[in-house]
Amino acid sequence: MSCHVCGQLAAQPEGRAHGLRCPRCGAPMHMRKPASLSTTWALIAAAVLLYIPANLLPMMVTASLLGSQQDTIMSGVVFLWQSGSWPLAAVVFFASVMVPLLKILALIYLVISVQRRSRHNLIQRTRLYRLVEFVGRWSMLDIYVITILVALVQFQGLATIQAGPAAVAFGAVVVLTMFAAMSFDPRLIWDPLTDPASPRLPHD
Amino acid sequence: MPAPDAHLILPADLIACHECDLLQTEPQLAPGETARCVRCGAFLARNPPDSLDRSLALTLAAAILYLIANIHPLVGLEMQGRRVEVTLFEAVQILWKSGVEPVAALVFITALLFPVLELLMFLLVLLPLRLGRVSPRLATFFRLVRSVQPWGMMEVFLLGMLVSLVKLSHLATVVLGTAFWATAALIVVLTLAARAFDTRLLWQAPLPGPAR
Repeated sequence: MSCHVCGQLAAQPEGRAHGLRCPRCGAPMHMRKPASLSTTWALIAAAVLLYIPANLLPMMVTASLLGSQQDTIMSGVVFLWQSGSWPLAAVVFFASVMVPLLKILALIYLVISVQRRSRHNLIQRTRLYRLVEFVGRWSMLDIYVITILVALVQFQGLATIQAGPAAVAFGAVVVLTMFAAMSFDPRLIWDPLTDPASPRLPHD
Repeated sequence: MPAPDAHLILPADLIACHECDLLQTEPQLAPGETARCVRCGAFLARNPPDSLDRSLALTLAAAILYLIANIHPLVGLEMQGRRVEVTLFEAVQILWKSGVEPVAALVFITALLFPVLELLMFLLVLLPLRLGRVSPRLATFFRLVRSVQPWGMMEVFLLGMLVSLVKLSHLATVVLGTAFWATAALIVVLTLAARAFDTRLLWQAPLPGPAR
């Protein structure tokens, strides 16, 4: 087995699988990330539940002399599109609507294919995992947009912007999917290749 | 806790891919070359030229940029002769007071706290390495650096700022502050610093004697 941190290889001592430490850097060592699949499943489930309020509830509440207006993520995208800045509308749509959704779907596909011990598309699935890990952080975009808007518009006398309840749910979705991606062990994708030789695999 | 010698240490040039666990021999890398896994193509190792000097210089530059980015205002609005400017920290405070504490905390952690932690710990690892003092505590620090890294999201923050400015541009004149440009430079420098650092230096440095 190899150390997650420094890459040191070590042979697993007979009959012991827990509480091992890397001989070089001292990090905890295990064959695969412990309880990888069940942790990932749990985090995905939580993210799916929160994805619903994140998209339905208002993200932003604008109050001005003319009345108040509530914006969801989608209506924010529509606003950007209509005001002519369609490249930004596309970026926001991609980062805040598509990425979390695709990320959840991709992780579900990866976990299921590992549980079914699929031997197909190994390289493609590894690439998919890399993509999921890389792209996840960009979903934070809308949270930062809200931060700046709230901070800047607060000072002006005419209107105030407040973050809506969806902001909390959305932030949680981003954090949960990032943790889900981290808890998934990509090496599990490759494990079925050695199935006949080693029937006992770290299954949850 | 088991003794370290409970493990059988295998030949040093054998490495396991961290993404597919394939065992392979580590190739000798000329400066500037990168090794990838033969099976899944995962990044394995890089041999950047002048690794320590470059990453140390870049990290110091990043620390200075971080200070500038947080002292000066990020963005400002001009409307009817009035000018409003906020720094990142003020923005987080306002968000906190407006009643969405979890979101404010998330922004504080990802855009302020973790980037500075990453910088400081990276310096704490690099300085002793450069001075030739390798201690086991370095490894612990570097483990922390790695766990903090994915949560520092300054580049996402910068894009978010641009989006919000476009949204506001019809209301008022938007003024980009000094900190905006400092943050942009900081992202570039920090990326270069991380690229320049060869993590193998940390693990392969001979215990006694200077690294260079």
